[in-house]
Amino acid sequence: MTTGTPGGAGSPERAGSPERAGSPERVNTGFDRSPTVPSRAVASLGKDLVGLEDLTAEQITAILDTAEPFKEISERRIKKVPVLRGKTIVNLFLEPSTRTRISFEFAEKRLSADTVNIAASGSSVQKGETLVDTARNLEAMRIDMVVVRHWASGAARFLADRIASNVINAGDGAHEHPTQALLDLLTLRDHLGSIAGKRVCVVGDILHSRVARSNIWGLLKLGAEVGVCAPRTLLPPGIESFGVEVFRRVEEAIEWADALNVLRLQLERMQGGYVPSLREYNRFYGVTRARLEAAPRDVLILHPGPMNRGVEIDSDVADGPHSVILQQVTNGVAVRMAVLYLLAGGVPEGAEAAKGG
Amino acid sequence: MSLLPDATSPDPEERVDPVEERVVLMDAEAVRLALARMAREVVERAEGTEGLVLLGIRRRGVELAERLREFIQEGEGVRVPFGILDITLYRDDLQEIGLRPVVGESELPLEGVDGRTVVLVDDVLYTGRTVRAALNELMDWGRPARILLCVLVDREGRELPIQADIVGRSVGVLPRERVEVLVPEEDGRLAVEVATRGGTA
Repeated sequence: MTTGTPGGAGSPERAGSPERAGSPERVNTGFDRSPTVPSRAVASLGKDLVGLEDLTAEQITAILDTAEPFKEISERRIKKVPVLRGKTIVNLFLEPSTRTRISFEFAEKRLSADTVNIAASGSSVQKGETLVDTARNLEAMRIDMVVVRHWASGAARFLADRIASNVINAGDGAHEHPTQALLDLLTLRDHLGSIAGKRVCVVGDILHSRVARSNIWGLLKLGAEVGVCAPRTLLPPGIESFGVEVFRRVEEAIEWADALNVLRLQLERMQGGYVPSLREYNRFYGVTRARLEAAPRDVLILHPGPMNRGVEIDSDVADGPHSVILQQVTNGVAVRMAVLYLLAGGVPEGAEAAKGG
Repeated sequence: MSLLPDATSPDPEERVDPVEERVVLMDAEAVRLALARMAREVVERAEGTEGLVLLGIRRRGVELAERLREFIQEGEGVRVPFGILDITLYRDDLQEIGLRPVVGESELPLEGVDGRTVVLVDDVLYTGRTVRAALNELMDWGRPARILLCVLVDREGRELPIQADIVGRSVGVLPRERVEVLVPEEDGRLAVEVATRGGTA
């Protein structure tokens, strides 16, 4: 039986060369059997990821679906795939962050990108350089993507509109933290099967929280019922207009919900006079085992971290059987890999051309 | 936003092109006979089933590898380890095409690949680029003792110096002709067909 190859010299002409296929937009790169039908492609995200408010349900679902195969890469012995080989990514963190920065860095390195980290302290930002000047200087060194964390709401959009590199928002002020919400959504989907029709309540400082905002957008777009629960002082005025249910008592929220996303109570809120004391906050809004045991069903517990044990969440809940807090961290790497993968090719014109093929 | 074909719609590869001419190269029985022989060849080349691992390349390679596994089980009474390779993240054209192909999950066999005889299974060997990508991914998984390439159809048009070890059928076709392996799981029938766009003219 023949095991040899037919005339190796072969034909230099590609089956899918544009003239032959009659589709000038399309380049056949040797992977598609068909010169006329492109490989299956994912919904394009465009150039940047600024917030979930800007995305459609299809785009959010595309990110979550893409994250699934990326989970497996982190379980391999060699945790690396060559997708972003040769790409340079700058992690511009102008506000302190440990978890998000490290998670992005793992995601970038596991996709073979070259990364540079910049923090506010010790950089020219401290000397008064503006955000745009910092970014333009980086671009002059030929970078491909910027992951930005900034204290000002709107900083990510501001930057995205002014530089050619892809911009990923890693948290801007009280505006959005899209990748955190995406990893929350992925974790919810892993455990609840789907998001649509499920009841998810965000508990804690909604007023100052970009995580809350991104979660509300993402959950509503995917068809969940969304609740919020916080002292009146920590709820933004007009929150009902988002289309969310407002709970004044955490017991009611627990009774209603399939899952709780418990937010960190930032200790500086005490000085701001938003809550009288941490003890009182824990007594009225703390997620405790006793309160969960009174619930009619098992309630999934999420927390974006870092936790204040004994304030917004008790230790036996954080470490309890329904806590998925560490899985959120694991999923964070996969979701960020998916976002990087999707944005790296995200030239809308290219996607349009392929669509025409 | 632009929603490319397939994020929600059925597989575009299943779309029927109205100006396309199709010729059956192998019918279901011919494919079955070829696979039965290939299964014997796999065992022969690997000198038994000890340490043998079958790896199907997504997507049609997976169904073919499953069939080979059944034939090997019939012949040898052994269910050999089995895995799935999705080569999307190892494509060399990700920069060029400017779109994001759907990524499928790779499934490493529980037994691993270290020190084993790994048989890569794909439907059509054409440019060789898929196999190059699969080899690179496999190397990132571990260090097989040996890798064999097993394809149902070997056609002309290689762009890389790669050749198959076990072949169902070699065909000479024109560059504008397309060899398609159809499997019941994806396409409703088992066959190999040659499609020509715009007829034979």
